[in-house]
Amino acid sequence: MATNNSRALARAMLSPAVILLLIWMVVPLVMTIYFSFLDYNLFMPGEHDFIGLLNYEFFLTDPAFVDSFFNTIILVVGVLFITLVGGTGLAILLDQAIYGRNFVRIMVLAPFFVMPTVSALVWKNMFMNPVNGLFAYFATSLGFEPIDFLSQMPLTSIIIIVSWQWLPFASLILLTAIQSLDREQLEAAELDGAGKFSRFRFMVLPHLSRAMTAVVLIETIFLLSIFAEILVTTAGGPGNASTNISYLIYSQSLLEFDVGMGSAGGLVAVIIANIVAIFLMRMIGKNIEG
Amino acid sequence: MGSISLKQVTKSFEQHEVIRPLDLEIEEGEFVVFVGPSGCGKSTLLRLIAGLEDVSSGQIMIDGVDATNLAPAKRGLAMVFQSYALYPHMSVRNNIAFPLKRAKLDKEVIAQKVNQIAEVLNLTDYLDRTPGQLSGGQRQRVAIGRAIVREPSAFLFDEPLSNLDASLRVNMRLEISQLHKDLKTTMIYVTHDQVEAMTMADKIVVLSAGQIEQVGSPLELYKNPKNKFVAGFIGSPKMNFIPMESSAEDNVDSIGVRPEHFTISTQEGSWKGTVGVSERLGSETYLHVDVENVGKLTVRAEGDCAFEYGDTIYLSAVAEQRHYFTADGTCIKRN
Amino acid sequence: MSIKNSNRSKLFYTGLAWLISTAIFFPILWTFLTSFKTEAEAISAPPSLFFFDWTLENYREVMERSPYFRHFWNSVVISVGSSLLGLLIAVPAAWSMAFNSTKRTKNILMWMLSTKMLPPVGVLIPIYLLFRDLGLLDSLTGLVVIMTLINLPIMTWMLYTYFKEIPGEILEASRMDGATIGEEILYVLAPIALPGIASTLLLNIILAWNEAFWTLILTAAKAAPLTAFIASYSSPEGLFYAKLSAASTLAIAPIIILGWFSQKQLVRGLSFGAVK
Repeated sequence: MATNNSRALARAMLSPAVILLLIWMVVPLVMTIYFSFLDYNLFMPGEHDFIGLLNYEFFLTDPAFVDSFFNTIILVVGVLFITLVGGTGLAILLDQAIYGRNFVRIMVLAPFFVMPTVSALVWKNMFMNPVNGLFAYFATSLGFEPIDFLSQMPLTSIIIIVSWQWLPFASLILLTAIQSLDREQLEAAELDGAGKFSRFRFMVLPHLSRAMTAVVLIETIFLLSIFAEILVTTAGGPGNASTNISYLIYSQSLLEFDVGMGSAGGLVAVIIANIVAIFLMRMIGKNIEG
Repeated sequence: MGSISLKQVTKSFEQHEVIRPLDLEIEEGEFVVFVGPSGCGKSTLLRLIAGLEDVSSGQIMIDGVDATNLAPAKRGLAMVFQSYALYPHMSVRNNIAFPLKRAKLDKEVIAQKVNQIAEVLNLTDYLDRTPGQLSGGQRQRVAIGRAIVREPSAFLFDEPLSNLDASLRVNMRLEISQLHKDLKTTMIYVTHDQVEAMTMADKIVVLSAGQIEQVGSPLELYKNPKNKFVAGFIGSPKMNFIPMESSAEDNVDSIGVRPEHFTISTQEGSWKGTVGVSERLGSETYLHVDVENVGKLTVRAEGDCAFEYGDTIYLSAVAEQRHYFTADGTCIKRN
Repeated sequence: MSIKNSNRSKLFYTGLAWLISTAIFFPILWTFLTSFKTEAEAISAPPSLFFFDWTLENYREVMERSPYFRHFWNSVVISVGSSLLGLLIAVPAAWSMAFNSTKRTKNILMWMLSTKMLPPVGVLIPIYLLFRDLGLLDSLTGLVVIMTLINLPIMTWMLYTYFKEIPGEILEASRMDGATIGEEILYVLAPIALPGIASTLLLNIILAWNEAFWTLILTAAKAAPLTAFIASYSSPEGLFYAKLSAASTLAIAPIIILGWFSQKQLVRGLSFGAVK
């Protein structure tokens, strides 16, 4: 399938997608870089002075940045850990011969379809609320002091909410992967005397590595820019306790109208994302196409 | 209709030359088989003729017209693919009708032609099924039907039988040969199986490493192979190569003897060997004989030959059936 | 596993699986049930699961409070519109890479995916200002464009993995049979890849429906989809559980139902071909 004709055609068919994405990537990015060197506040019209790296200096030395940087990492790693471990467990469970498997699968998958704003609000109010929430009810009826989740452990609470959203995705992908495992291989291993644990450790787990890579990749893409869940639950607080980089930049640029600083922050976010991306691309480059 | 000629055709993928400069004439109505080991470029050559790949240099003439830069559909050729490449979402009827619809033929004409083809190929009962509901042999027939219906000036077959089981393969081989006799259209057939080549071809083109080793009728290749490669490739079981003292005069360093060209004796002969495993086919027996300083030789014996594992026998080659090879593999006459 | 053992273990695993899956599903179920309670019942202790006076009052009030159907319609336009537009761009691109792959194909795919990793905040300000200057703030057009661009890499990649599984010989056959490139895609590729195209479309509708960064930032009232409609319940309205639940149910029901129907294809597509 490769005549000069078809090759030219192929290029023509590919170019709209490539050009659009290129514009989508380059234009805003160049603007962001430009703004990041300006003293530019939407509240202060007039000249936008060139201030060099001052925005970066302010952004990077702001204690809020350090906090939000670590919050972002804790959030991503925490959710990845919970969904991968929980997802593997669930996948193995759902792989067993059980009654009503289809129905069980539908229930497990459902949270994936719930929009972030809804799940955040439902968890925040109906479950984690210290007065009327379900958790508070169970705590008091067991004789404990109810926990005020969102002020006492804001980041953990957000990790719980986000993990709930992503657990279905991880479980289902891992389940599909487990089901594609060659049963004869497992039987052969059983005949060779491999126990349940070693079959899991040496056959199932390596087989799952591809799927796990995919889960890590896709989840990371979304988790790095978690926003809505924070906006409607804690608004980043208390203090900066649950502010991640996305939310920090949002609050600086659109709540405090500091375009210059927000842009500098945006660029920092891009650089961090790129570091993660390079790392991830290596991983999938090896694991997915090969 | 149906003559094809290649002039100095080459094909390179990136730096790698898959087809070296190559000339080939295919006459109208011929059944030509491209045969060679995998990776020899035979499929690439077929795809160049089909127009599915561009030549890197050279010229392809079809019916005297320069077709080098013509789109595949404009070349008047039809192709049967190794995987059949049937349209899985269409009924057999629509599969066969597809090329006619693309040619914007009249609906009634299409229906009539499809029915006619279906009858010839015994597909009438299956016209409304999809390819997924057919057996391998039937799919093969649909693929052929889709090719025939266009009334092309030549058919191209790309290893069409390799997905069929052995007995079906023999049947389809006969059917395709019969089809060629009936249609008298040029056919170019690619295979790695020399049995298919020998049984079907008017003309065999033996390829190796992007080069034509030899072109000729099956018997020509069998009797007078040009070189060691052709000699070893054509004929089953393979020709035995027996190394010998290099002669200064004509540089011959081995002789080739086909399994069927040995005489076996219990007393005397050119080579003394021990009978190893023997394969009894009933009509004949192949003995694998271990000969000192030479190695294993395959020898054809009568079906009821009585040699047992471990017996010592003497082998000689029939004089006029010996092939002499020089160090560079060329086959030369020696009288 | 011996046969005697297997019945008992099946029961055990079934129980466990139902327990866990019910727990995972519970927040949704609870929201759904609460949406039919009165506000008093919604916060009553002990909570009642099924035995309460079912009422549709909350739905009436929610719809009165803000134009639910407009938000719903905005969500439909944004998600379906951007997915269809994306398909129009992604199908040719995926066809091109799947059947005319070159040395660069893999790099292009990786690059496309990497644009997806560009954090939205990184380009938040320019997009906001551009939209402001182009008058696209709070417009459906603007959001459709943004969603298309955001999901284009995923669409292209998903379609690519589906197309990759279609033997190239079938397309070559159609070419030999005289099909033009348009006919090849329309009559041969598209019907064969229909399940893949459909699941790509569905997944992107779901992703766009639930997208909650740009939809929150770039809209005010006119073009606000359901994500923004719900976000307005942040506080203090969120303390009216029954109404919050009714609004939530309205926002997520369409997409959950759609998602359940397409779950199989969805999983395969989203894993980028990592699992079959």
